[in-house]
Amino acid sequence: MTPLVNEELATLSDQLTLVAVLLYLVAMICFALDLAFGRIHPASAVKAREPVAVGAGGGGPSSGEPGEAAAAGGAATAEGAPWAAKAGLAGIALTWIGWAAHLAAIVTRGLAVDRWPWGNMYEFVVGLCLAAVTAFLVLLFRHRIRFLGAFVTLAAALGLGFAVLFLHVQAGPLMPALQSYWLAIHVSAAIVASGLFTVAGVSAILYLVRKDRPSVLPTREALDTVVHRAIVIGFPIWTFAVIAGALWADRAWGRYWGWDPKEVWSFITWVVYAAYLHARATAGWKGKAAIIISLVAFACLLFNLIGVNIFFPGLHSYSDIPR
Amino acid sequence: MTEPHKTGTATAVESEPEAPHRPAGLGLIGWLRWGWRVLTSMRTALILLFLLALAAVPGSIYPQRGIDPDQVAQYFSSRPQEAEWLDRLWLFDVYSSPWFAAIYLLLFISLLGCIVPRLARHAGELRRRPPAAPRNLLRLPYGEEFEGDLTVAEAAALLRKRRFRVTTGPDWVAAEKGYLRETGNILFHFSLVVLLFAFAGGALYGYRGNVVVVEGESFANTVAAYDRFMPGSRVTAESLHPFSFTLKDFQVTFIAAGERTGQALDYQAALTVRDAPDAPAREAVLKVNQPLEVGGTQTYLISHGYAPTFKVTDGKGQVAWEGPVPCLISDRATYASECVIKVPDARPEQLGFLIRFLPTGVQAGDAWVSAFPGTVNPVAQVFPFAGDLGLDSGVPQSVFQLDTTKMRPLGKMTAQPKPLSVGETLELADGAGTIQFTGVKEWISLQVSRDPGRLPALLAATAAVLGLVLSLTVRRRRIWVRVNDRRITVGGLERTDGGAAAFAKEFTEIVTALRADRVGPTPPPPTAPPSAEHEEER
Repeated sequence: MTPLVNEELATLSDQLTLVAVLLYLVAMICFALDLAFGRIHPASAVKAREPVAVGAGGGGPSSGEPGEAAAAGGAATAEGAPWAAKAGLAGIALTWIGWAAHLAAIVTRGLAVDRWPWGNMYEFVVGLCLAAVTAFLVLLFRHRIRFLGAFVTLAAALGLGFAVLFLHVQAGPLMPALQSYWLAIHVSAAIVASGLFTVAGVSAILYLVRKDRPSVLPTREALDTVVHRAIVIGFPIWTFAVIAGALWADRAWGRYWGWDPKEVWSFITWVVYAAYLHARATAGWKGKAAIIISLVAFACLLFNLIGVNIFFPGLHSYSDIPR
Repeated sequence: MTEPHKTGTATAVESEPEAPHRPAGLGLIGWLRWGWRVLTSMRTALILLFLLALAAVPGSIYPQRGIDPDQVAQYFSSRPQEAEWLDRLWLFDVYSSPWFAAIYLLLFISLLGCIVPRLARHAGELRRRPPAAPRNLLRLPYGEEFEGDLTVAEAAALLRKRRFRVTTGPDWVAAEKGYLRETGNILFHFSLVVLLFAFAGGALYGYRGNVVVVEGESFANTVAAYDRFMPGSRVTAESLHPFSFTLKDFQVTFIAAGERTGQALDYQAALTVRDAPDAPAREAVLKVNQPLEVGGTQTYLISHGYAPTFKVTDGKGQVAWEGPVPCLISDRATYASECVIKVPDARPEQLGFLIRFLPTGVQAGDAWVSAFPGTVNPVAQVFPFAGDLGLDSGVPQSVFQLDTTKMRPLGKMTAQPKPLSVGETLELADGAGTIQFTGVKEWISLQVSRDPGRLPALLAATAAVLGLVLSLTVRRRRIWVRVNDRRITVGGLERTDGGAAAFAKEFTEIVTALRADRVGPTPPPPTAPPSAEHEEER
């Protein structure tokens, strides 16, 4: 019988995962230094800004003038220490290297068992962390979200650490129910969407933590935009993941929708994210209320990813969690 | 973030007005109109969405009849009073309960009430030309002014090339783009309605059935052949496609060494299928993720187990029972299984046997356990009983349970009797006869289902994703150009919340293109830098 697992590659994968955790932690420290000693942001976006495209109508938030920032800032200047920005750049570079190690860990795991590396809870969480870091790095091209770095790398390091400590199982072949090309499609989409929702979730928490006063964090409007962008991209992908899951269920279990606990909770997650998108376009729900809804949705997502596999017996209970 | 915080008309496009106030003394029509407006308001839709999410939760907590009726029965037997109350609240049938239906029906009415007028409005907008240019374009959120000899026709051509819908006046151009956003939005919401109908249609006109088939046995698709049959309310006996098959062989491959010993690698059932009673037989392979399809009816491999075969000879020397007996798996990791043989024809007394089947039997101290799910050393522990099986009482019995109230154990009953290997015979006490362990077969459990809503549901879901992507990625925006001698003013209006950064870039590009096209090298550069104009404007 040919060996089912290439043990050397599997071990290499485990080591690369640890390397990624360490790199993310160092990157997190760099980002944190940037945050702590960097530029102080005013309470609101309405401030001295680039002259492009200023709103026509009157009104809008009127507080948060630069004077307030200076008053509250104390010793720190509004621009921050000059080396802080360099720490932030180093953080980005380290995150990229950590990301490469992380990706290599997943690829070697897949090569070790000659299949898509999404076959159990450990592999799923490792993939999810990669998706979150990827979402952050990609959004970084278009948006100024370096402030998120400390939190995303911390979340990724914690997620990977949790996976290594509590979920790790030896690399191995798939059980028959998972042997389908739908595994690649359905789980990949779920991982990508979850990564984007994680970025949105982190930004939403920062939104609530940040009060309406000057802070090292960006303005609430900026955070709100990041939450919205990430969810707007993530929501169709999540929808696709659910539909791909239904197609797979139709192939494997003889029905495309059967209210299995996992299906129920992905439906709930979908509905609450839909509620967020509606709330953000509704007068009186914009801002804090919509942000809280997005966090409820994120909680449903996390419960679906982890809680359902642990608490409810169901057809998705092949998560292969070590007992 | 460079995104400006905008207020005023630009962001109000997608916003809904708040629910209207209660009317005073408007009579029945007034009240109805008020009720309709409340139902179709975005706030009500939001609340209904939350209720829907909340209402779905208990279905994941309590066992559901439609999914696992055995677990519901178990709940009833272990906590009868609690179960009765839960049942009164439909908590074992959450997704077919009236309160769940009330929520999603209200939500869909609210959705239609919101989306039908939008469809009418959008259809009008699609036929209408973009609105004429406002008087002062520089008052718009995006405005630029420069000098050049751009003509109305040239500006219109440039905007058309950028795929804007363009209309012109004597000295102005109006252009709009991004209609697909609203089209996608409406498509998405209508697709959800179609999806609901497909789901309901599948439930009404489709059916599902479960059946256990042992190697060597056959199955014909008739209502009577099923162990459990769940038809939709519009299903009749004629709805069942008359195919049949014989299970020739079933193979499982297990991992035999290492940390994952005992994990299944592959299941495979070899069938001989007849698509219709008079059709020729054909060979088919059934696997997980690879169903058998005959005439729109799918047959799925759900699970498998062992069916050891026995031969029971009674006290009179007659063969009273012979054949395979499907066993319930009591330990998934090792496939240690349990089953029951009832021999009502045995004389002088009826016989009953509890069987413990171990596919790979090994002795661990006093106990016998199974060490591996494959049949390396199949053994069966037999617990014989004699007396009245109680089959004549009229009360239905489970084939997996032996009612021993009117029976006595034969011989000295121990918890771990010496197991039989294949071919061995157990001599029963009191001259009651013998039981011989003759061999091992396997059973598979199948789900047969027909759902005419499958394809419509897939089409609706695909349309929903398409609509969703359009409605979330396309941005609606307007550009106006006013030509006043050599003074050109350009105004822009972003009509999509959150698209400001992209629009600012696009607007600058368009202005640059309009300029580069017609300013030429001879005219002087624009008199005032754009930033200064904006300062003035503020």
